[in-house]
Amino acid sequence: MQDNQKSESTLQNEVAQLMVECLNLEVAAEQISPDTPLYGDGLGLDSIDILEISLAISKRYGLQLRSDGADNKQIFGSLRSLTTYIAAHRTL
Amino acid sequence: MTALPLLSHPRADSIVAYRADGAVTRQQFLSEVHQLASQLPDGQHLLNLCNDRYRFSVGLAAAILKNKISLLPPTQTPEVIRQIKQFAPDVFCLADSEQCAVDLPRFNYPAMAVSPPEEIAIPQIDCSQQIAIVFTSGSTGIPKPHPKTWAGLVDSVQFEAGRLGALDNATIIGTVPPQHMYGFESTVLMAWCNGFALSHTQPFFPADICDALSSVPSPRVLISSPLHLRTLLNAELAIPELAHVMSATAPLSEQLAHDIEARCSCPLTEIYGSTETGQIASRRPTQGPAWQLFPGIRWLIEKDSVRAAGLHIVPPVLMNDMIEPVADDLFLLHGRMADMINIAGKRHSLAGLNHLLNSLPCILDGAFYMPDETADVTRLAAAVVAPGINAETLLAALREHLDPVFLPRPLLFVDALPRNSTGKLPHSTLKALFQAHHPVWTVPLDHPTFAGHFPGHPILPGVVLLDEALHRIAQMHGMTPDRYEISSVKFTSPARPGDRLLFQQTTLPNGTMRFDITSGSRKIASGNIAPIP
Repeated sequence: MQDNQKSESTLQNEVAQLMVECLNLEVAAEQISPDTPLYGDGLGLDSIDILEISLAISKRYGLQLRSDGADNKQIFGSLRSLTTYIAAHRTL
Repeated sequence: MTALPLLSHPRADSIVAYRADGAVTRQQFLSEVHQLASQLPDGQHLLNLCNDRYRFSVGLAAAILKNKISLLPPTQTPEVIRQIKQFAPDVFCLADSEQCAVDLPRFNYPAMAVSPPEEIAIPQIDCSQQIAIVFTSGSTGIPKPHPKTWAGLVDSVQFEAGRLGALDNATIIGTVPPQHMYGFESTVLMAWCNGFALSHTQPFFPADICDALSSVPSPRVLISSPLHLRTLLNAELAIPELAHVMSATAPLSEQLAHDIEARCSCPLTEIYGSTETGQIASRRPTQGPAWQLFPGIRWLIEKDSVRAAGLHIVPPVLMNDMIEPVADDLFLLHGRMADMINIAGKRHSLAGLNHLLNSLPCILDGAFYMPDETADVTRLAAAVVAPGINAETLLAALREHLDPVFLPRPLLFVDALPRNSTGKLPHSTLKALFQAHHPVWTVPLDHPTFAGHFPGHPILPGVVLLDEALHRIAQMHGMTPDRYEISSVKFTSPARPGDRLLFQQTTLPNGTMRFDITSGSRKIASGNIAPIP
């Protein structure tokens, strides 16, 4: 259980880092709180950013994001929900 | 009265669309259009917000039958919706999703019955009937209306289809929404007026695009934008067979055009137009840089202004791009006029953005800044003089009025803007301001100090790093760097060529200014800055 929690938080840091680098965000990865909304009032990402991140994620973790399957807004709801989705669907 | 048919599909069983449950015949489509038309509210104006492209097309056709005007605003922020309501107090919204949150009387897309057996005739639409009003974000903050007549729209999309070459029974798949001019013309009207079918989807991620393509038969035409096409290619998926790709909204690089044609084994046509004019020209970028005007369109050139005229463009429209006619109907494009911002196909006047920023009650002075374009998507920045307000509050206020793509990043808070004696802010001055404030510095691969520091093992000297930190942080706060010094420092990890360094500063409760330099998750250095005693 502890191992799971540890690997989840490692992945979370990795995804935060990926977002910061891929979008040139002006925050440090550790400053992105896991539950802050990525869209709108939170981190302020828009659909252009989401496309950029999705491409980086597909390359790094070998998964293809789709709008229909699960709710897109939900996956990109927060760093935590995005990490959970990646953990469940990654092939790399 | 001259009239043109709503559809050019020859038979009652011709396919006009593909939706989730399969093909829709002309007969079924017309039946659903009549069913919806008989139920629409009384208002003369509607905002058609159907996410599903097929339902959008039924809504548009039903509105046309009832002589209602579809309104197409540039965005759906609360402020724009208020302005649309002022423009047309009887406006209602047609929606097919529970999540539609716009503050307008709402009519939900209804369930439909199957079509009757007797053939429904194709409606004939008066050429001069006003079909739509498309809005641009004006320079004063009030959206500017551009009415579109049936004949004008039909002309544009027939010429557009002409540039596709001979394509029978094609299906149109669009990654762009039908609520904006390009998607409105290319994914809905072009299908109607040329006997094509339209796919109900609006795919977003690369895998969505591939799914949407494979769910309809060939020949397929993909209507898209540079942003979506680049992401599609980069995803390295197997792209289903395509007959043609069309791109608009933003300039497409020649390399991307070649890559698309190679990967999709089909021609790529780029469309040129504007909200005001609709589509007026096209080119095939792999065959040369020149654009060809659609038949009947011509330029009116006076001194340094170029206006488009001809066909439905009455009166002539001043173009926001730098246009150089080269021969007859050919021309070159040399970028935008300085005032026009285009971010991933969304346009806004820079003067309009500055007007908006300075009309917010909390702002004493403010200016947007568009960095020189280096990537596919360049973001706006802004500097403001706004004491007593934080970035979150200010961004929330802007979000009321602006599409999120125009929100500034970074947003700088300064004590004063470097206006010159006439009150102007030259681009070069703003550029210097933002470069100084940018908290990210990518260590150049060829920084002069790498020469001897150390051979084969380059590391940025600590003194260079500290100098960079002191100057950036001093400028962020409008301090004179000469009067401050680094009072303490700790180097944690070396900075190497190509590292992306983030400079951050916090003021501790006792007034000490602390700085942290990080590269990714690696701490590079941290320390304190104090005035020279």
